[in-house]
Amino acid sequence: MFVPFLYELRAREVPVGATEAVNLAKALEAGLHEQSLDGFYHVARSILIHSERHLDDFDQAFLKVFRGVEVEAKKLKDELFDWVKDARENLPELTDEERAMLEELDPETLERMFQERMDEQKGKHRGGNHWIGTEGTSPFGNSGKVARQGIRVGGAGKGRSAIKTADARLYAGYRQDLTLDVRQMQLALRKLRTFVRTGGEEELDLEGTIEATAKNAGELEVVVRPPRRPNTRVILMMDVGGSMDPFAHLCSRLFSATKKSTHFKELRTYYFHNCVYGRVYETERFTDPIRVQDLLHECGPHYKLIVVGDALMAPYELMSAGGSIHWESDGERAEGIVWLMRLQKHFRRSVWLNPEPQKYWLGNTIENIASVFDMFPLTLDGLGESMTHLMKSK
Amino acid sequence: MSTNFVRFSGTDTYLSNESLEAAVNCALVLERPLLVRGEPGTGKTLLAEAVAEALKMPLIRWNVKSTTRAQDGLYVYDTVQRLYDSRFQDKDVSDIENYIELGPMGKSFDAEERSVLLIDEIDKADVEFPNDLLNELDRMRFVIDETQREVAAKDRPFVLITSNAEKELPDAFLRRCVFHFIDFPTPELMEQIVHVHHPELEANLLKQSMETFYEIRSMKRLRKRPSTSELIDWIAVLKASGVHDVQLDGNLPFLGALLKKEQDLAAFADQLAGGRRWRS
Repeated sequence: MFVPFLYELRAREVPVGATEAVNLAKALEAGLHEQSLDGFYHVARSILIHSERHLDDFDQAFLKVFRGVEVEAKKLKDELFDWVKDARENLPELTDEERAMLEELDPETLERMFQERMDEQKGKHRGGNHWIGTEGTSPFGNSGKVARQGIRVGGAGKGRSAIKTADARLYAGYRQDLTLDVRQMQLALRKLRTFVRTGGEEELDLEGTIEATAKNAGELEVVVRPPRRPNTRVILMMDVGGSMDPFAHLCSRLFSATKKSTHFKELRTYYFHNCVYGRVYETERFTDPIRVQDLLHECGPHYKLIVVGDALMAPYELMSAGGSIHWESDGERAEGIVWLMRLQKHFRRSVWLNPEPQKYWLGNTIENIASVFDMFPLTLDGLGESMTHLMKSK
Repeated sequence: MSTNFVRFSGTDTYLSNESLEAAVNCALVLERPLLVRGEPGTGKTLLAEAVAEALKMPLIRWNVKSTTRAQDGLYVYDTVQRLYDSRFQDKDVSDIENYIELGPMGKSFDAEERSVLLIDEIDKADVEFPNDLLNELDRMRFVIDETQREVAAKDRPFVLITSNAEKELPDAFLRRCVFHFIDFPTPELMEQIVHVHHPELEANLLKQSMETFYEIRSMKRLRKRPSTSELIDWIAVLKASGVHDVQLDGNLPFLGALLKKEQDLAAFADQLAGGRRWRS
């Protein structure tokens, strides 16, 4: 039960490994889960999950693996109740002593007895019910209650059952493979930050000064160094219009997040329609064109290229020379895909962010373009991954 | 493993729930740091105080800022002071120990009794900050380079780390922590929380302010939705100024206690004026 659950989590890309498993085992050994499924839910969640974005996956995995268990447990409990009722009718007289004993039973004992009865129940099918008449009929009446109370750790009225909590999927909102807002994007973009110390030596290196002074027998020796400067240059190219319209809002958020990021040494943004042909444009209205050749000439391969587009178009727009719907009279007539390959080859690091859901990525022009560019979905996860990808040295 | 360890189950003024208790107890048993995340104002920092109070341990705080380095938490070697003192020769500069000041983490390791160490808002610091702490958090000991003195925890402190989820924390760091995400309280729990802070609040005002609060929270276009601490403050202001009735309309008293952003105030007015769709 335990191991399949871990694998179910792994299947949902929740990073759980041996460390988590061992820790969970330790916690269970210490009895933290109070022998209940609900307790297990909370303990397992706090140990196996490390980020709220996995809470929803956890809930779903938990449901998948343990939903049946609850049903089974309930079935067991129902059987027990029927059986107790049955026994009551057959043995109506309970002595006062027995009643008093019932009142005194502490939860642990009850729980243990419940457990024993669970075992005995197996025996019931085998050996009939002749031992029903012996002590402990009525603790059963209570044991149902105990099982419910065992769920709660510190008193009344606090929680719902684990299955119910999991079923409510309260954490669906924290999933990170969904869309994202400007701030989240900014944080993802922050991964693109690198610093170097270049330029004039104009910053006082306090520690260096102290060390040099100390070595100099206390005579002041000032050490200066160049200040840290951001060192990432980024080119952002966005597809606008047509099939990109449904994603306009998402793209504008990415755009403002990028613009707001202060940690780039240089940020250039360009627009294109459908596919990059001979030129890209500095405005959304396709004015101020700049020839791609010139752009490549200006920007060295150390620039990071981020292309945003759905990569969806008619195949001829990508594959035939001059497939552009805007006729370029002086432009070089090359296929769209060739232009893309030129861009990809020129820059050491480039990514293509696609707002189309990943399940539509096969069997159309997206597939072709993904064979040229490293393509990532435009979600927070995808954005994060693509930024890491951009930072890898090549 | 022993089963009779200290267990945490909330305090008089801090209402917890089973999943929070499970997380705290897991962290206590496994002797691992507890990482608490959640919306601002859901009581992440207060949890540390509550744990310290419930377990009767001293609380050591480390408020992380954007400039905080991992080293600051361990110890600081005040070289400048030593250099300065050496010029006047009125203090013993030969003993470096005099110029070593333990940081919050160092103090919690060095303490005679077991303590609660709160590392508050770890995500404020540089991206690499949590990684720099890994070794020390694991081994609960470190060596002061200058004096070669080893500071080791006699009794591993209970480490509680809070994060506003502004920055992703490194995986290696996350794997070492027990994680808990503080949910936004349900209305029932919120009522209890309000009751803890304002025990003598009129039932009428409680009901009205709660309704208003949850309605404002459910507004779609707010940038920063009001949370528990804002509600508590707001009720405090209402009480202090003798307001007995609150109605959700254009002149809600002391709206500024709930909404703190200009855009949010504008969005609020806008939704009240035009889009009544969200009101039943």
